[in-house]
Amino acid sequence: MNCPTLQLTHLDNLWFQVSGTLCNIACTHCFNNSGPNVRTFGFLSLETVRDEVETARSLGVKEIFFTGGEPFLHPELFDMLALALEHAPTTVLTNGLLINDRLADRLAEMERNSRYSLEIRISLDGYTEQMNDAIRGVGVFRQAMAAVARLSHRGLLPLVTIVRTWSEEEELATLAAFAEALRDSGYARPRIKVLPSLPLGRELERASFTSTDDLLTEEMLEDYDRSLLMCSNTRLVTDRGVWVCPLLVEKPDARLGSTLLDSRSGYELRHNACVTCYHYGTICGNVSSLIEGPAELSRSQDGTPR
Amino acid sequence: MTRLALFGGIYSNYRALEAALADARRRGADAVYCLGDLGAFGPYPDRVFPLLRSHGVRCLQGNYDNSLAGGLEDCQCGYTDPRDNYFARISYGYTFKNTSAENKFWLGTLPMSVRLEAAGRRVLLCHGSPRKMNEFLWESTSPDAFLEYLLDESHADILCVTHTGIKWHRPLSRGRHVVNVGVLGRPENDGTTGVWYTLLTVESTGVKAEFVPVSYDYQGLAADMRAERLPEEFVETITTGWWTTCLEVLPHKERALGRY
Repeated sequence: MNCPTLQLTHLDNLWFQVSGTLCNIACTHCFNNSGPNVRTFGFLSLETVRDEVETARSLGVKEIFFTGGEPFLHPELFDMLALALEHAPTTVLTNGLLINDRLADRLAEMERNSRYSLEIRISLDGYTEQMNDAIRGVGVFRQAMAAVARLSHRGLLPLVTIVRTWSEEEELATLAAFAEALRDSGYARPRIKVLPSLPLGRELERASFTSTDDLLTEEMLEDYDRSLLMCSNTRLVTDRGVWVCPLLVEKPDARLGSTLLDSRSGYELRHNACVTCYHYGTICGNVSSLIEGPAELSRSQDGTPR
Repeated sequence: MTRLALFGGIYSNYRALEAALADARRRGADAVYCLGDLGAFGPYPDRVFPLLRSHGVRCLQGNYDNSLAGGLEDCQCGYTDPRDNYFARISYGYTFKNTSAENKFWLGTLPMSVRLEAAGRRVLLCHGSPRKMNEFLWESTSPDAFLEYLLDESHADILCVTHTGIKWHRPLSRGRHVVNVGVLGRPENDGTTGVWYTLLTVESTGVKAEFVPVSYDYQGLAADMRAERLPEEFVETITTGWWTTCLEVLPHKERALGRY
């Protein structure tokens, strides 16, 4: 079966797999199997980041993201953030474990001195120690909450990202409980981003996906806003070349080239995760992905809004 | 020399619209443009239409206008937070119900963008961005290189947008400019009750974007909103200048400047 191929419309989002797959924890739902001693992907060099930021700037990039693994394991992360922030709003995706007072001071100073927004995205998976640590590991909840508080005391408003592991009926109560737990920890006006769970990596083994055979078809993309799909506006730089998006980093066919400039070809959407992206849209951006999937922009019979 | 008065996001704030139109006339604007989102948030949506027509304001279609005209199920603001969606639904439902069929039809006839030539410069007016009606162009997340790309792609020297609700101006290379003209409908999350429009002066020698403060009877608007039983959270924004809802789309810098 032929799956649809999507072209890169414009490089809006440049991602760096900055610490490869090296992480200080091993979450049960990690989509790229990161963890301690996992070296599927390695650290990026400062030179690579400098070169690719420059290329991205020349292409008119809109946002830059640093992910891993755990980005703060990289000893040159701050130099890289400074390079990126000079040209574009920049986001770091972290578990927060390494954010001590000194590091929080540096981040706050960097944010204050930048023209563009610096976003710190901290992952949580439960609003209690018990819930969170079952997924992310013992002691992680308390350390992550402490990081959130440290940043918020310095005027930063981290985006707390949570993978949806609850049912639709529990949505409102769960989000309220997260907000409450964050306020209790000292974060007065919490910002929360919800992520869908993905049929990838450890999550594929952990959760039962009922429809992993689903693939995208041309018909599904008719009248669909393709800019909701990351592959139309994103590339991911790793130490082993450039991938089409952050989610497919473990799929060898999703490697498009060795540098950004030679990785602008189209990509055939042949993975189950492409369907997840299709349903929820803009999974990796800083605003929440859609909760019910994109609304049908259709007209009702009598002209009233539905 | 061409002098244009530009604003977006009236959000049914007919009182601020009246004040801004009087001010623009006093200052000798050659033409007045509204960059879309006539309804939403405020009371009595039909009251803005006669004002716009009698003052000859040229209007563009925003996402709200597009939704109202097409009978869509939501305002296409892109909110995903349940609380934001709750308030967005109230606002959209109220505006839909209280906008006449004739006015809804008219909204559907408005252009998505307007191109002008002023003092030899190509001016492009649109709601969100040239490539997407509901793309947010915030000051802190619109890098120079990206804006240059938008100008190149849209063959414009001056690009004017709205949609975010907060004004800014960025001079770029080769005398080009991008201006977010701000909105009349509600204050811009800075703790003051005034709103803003933009006076864009285009001359062969240069371009000037002046942000003009508009004070209006916000207490009167708050009373209108209460009479129409609009949420107290919306009224609070009008009377305090702080945004209380739909905050999720704000990037870090803009969010950090507000109270909530």
